[in-house]
Amino acid sequence: MKKWQCVVCGLIYDEAEGWPEDGIEPGTKWEDVPEDWVCPDCGVGKEDFEMIEIG
Amino acid sequence: MSEQAPVVIVGTGLSGYSLAREFRKQDKETPVIMVTADDGVSYSKPMLSTGFTKGKDADGLAQASTESMAEQLGVQLKTYSTVTGIDHAAHELILGDERLAYSKLVLAWGADVIRLSIEGDGQDRVFSINDLMDYRAFRQALEGGRRVAIMGAGLIGCEFANDLRNGDYEVDVIAPSDVVMPGLLPEPAANAVQKELENLGVRFHLETVVDRIDHHGEGVRLALASGETVDADLVISAVGLRPRIELARQAGLDVGRGIQVNRALETSVPDVYALGDCAEVDGHVLLYVLPLMACARALAKTLKGERTEVRYGTMPVMIKTPCCPTAVCPPPDDADGDWEVESDGTSVRALFKNASGEILGFAVTGQFAIEKQSLAKEVPPLHG
Repeated sequence: MKKWQCVVCGLIYDEAEGWPEDGIEPGTKWEDVPEDWVCPDCGVGKEDFEMIEIG
Repeated sequence: MSEQAPVVIVGTGLSGYSLAREFRKQDKETPVIMVTADDGVSYSKPMLSTGFTKGKDADGLAQASTESMAEQLGVQLKTYSTVTGIDHAAHELILGDERLAYSKLVLAWGADVIRLSIEGDGQDRVFSINDLMDYRAFRQALEGGRRVAIMGAGLIGCEFANDLRNGDYEVDVIAPSDVVMPGLLPEPAANAVQKELENLGVRFHLETVVDRIDHHGEGVRLALASGETVDADLVISAVGLRPRIELARQAGLDVGRGIQVNRALETSVPDVYALGDCAEVDGHVLLYVLPLMACARALAKTLKGERTEVRYGTMPVMIKTPCCPTAVCPPPDDADGDWEVESDGTSVRALFKNASGEILGFAVTGQFAIEKQSLAKEVPPLHG
């Protein structure tokens, strides 16, 4: 499981947790997150997320 | 000479760094020099109005140090360097006594805050927050204080009001308009945000202005045109931004409300480009995140040699007032139509529809805010 971070606002998408508020089940891999999903905090798209190392 | 010269980007805000990041996805070889008047620390400006809510100070909001950005992006950074001119015939950027040759020059130097000229001796307590260094100064000055007065009830004024209440400060907002966020939100949505901010404890003084700010006790006293007074420890001035155009004008670039560029982000002068808060792109001055990210992606390709026009989609603006989540997609200025409003308390769904029922813009607050993405899909993109 990986984490992806929004480069604009720092929000983290954790594959293990998914994003249930938007119907994305826990365990959903980043590539399976719908292409039109946007950052819930600042509205940028998936292309503005980058994979981050888990500290 | 231009063959060997680097790409030079002026500005290390969200526009400058996003452009550099996108450019490096296309081209890892071409030398890039980034010039900034400040310290070059990477941060996201929209997050400056979330510090108290997220429990972050200026250091917490910093995303990466200057050194780390230089390394990550493979660029050379010139910090504390102020541009004094552009010699576009010679392809040189002028930094005081120094001249820096460029092959392509990108202006991403942002916007200036508008400062009102107000009488009184309390000006040293008036802060504008337009970058991380401003934010740092504001947070330091706020230490020990409890009361903040905000001039301006626009997006920034409202976001700071909410954030400071979340930090348990007393907040007074003073603005000449009769509603919050005039020109951005339709009235029912504006009223909903104002009501929730009031429920949170924000005190609004609308339809008046600050006449004087004088030292008073430990803080300052603001005398309003209405005759009221407001006491505060600090004042935030959030009355608007103006794209930085003066140096561009002096250099002979076409300017309007911003530095005028076409959809390929080209100014009127060869090899000089602009994006972000300083730019007027195809007639649009949009001081928001989504447009600048779209511009950064297009311009990165152009700089690599593949001329690319930006295509603005539908770009809702998220307003960070957590007490009343709000998103807005203003209809075009020249759009014909009417607002259709449904509401349930402070949850408002306002749709701007034309005669044939097409949605050309919207504003959603409260529990309707989650509809922003599905609504955005119905609104025609700015560039069809």
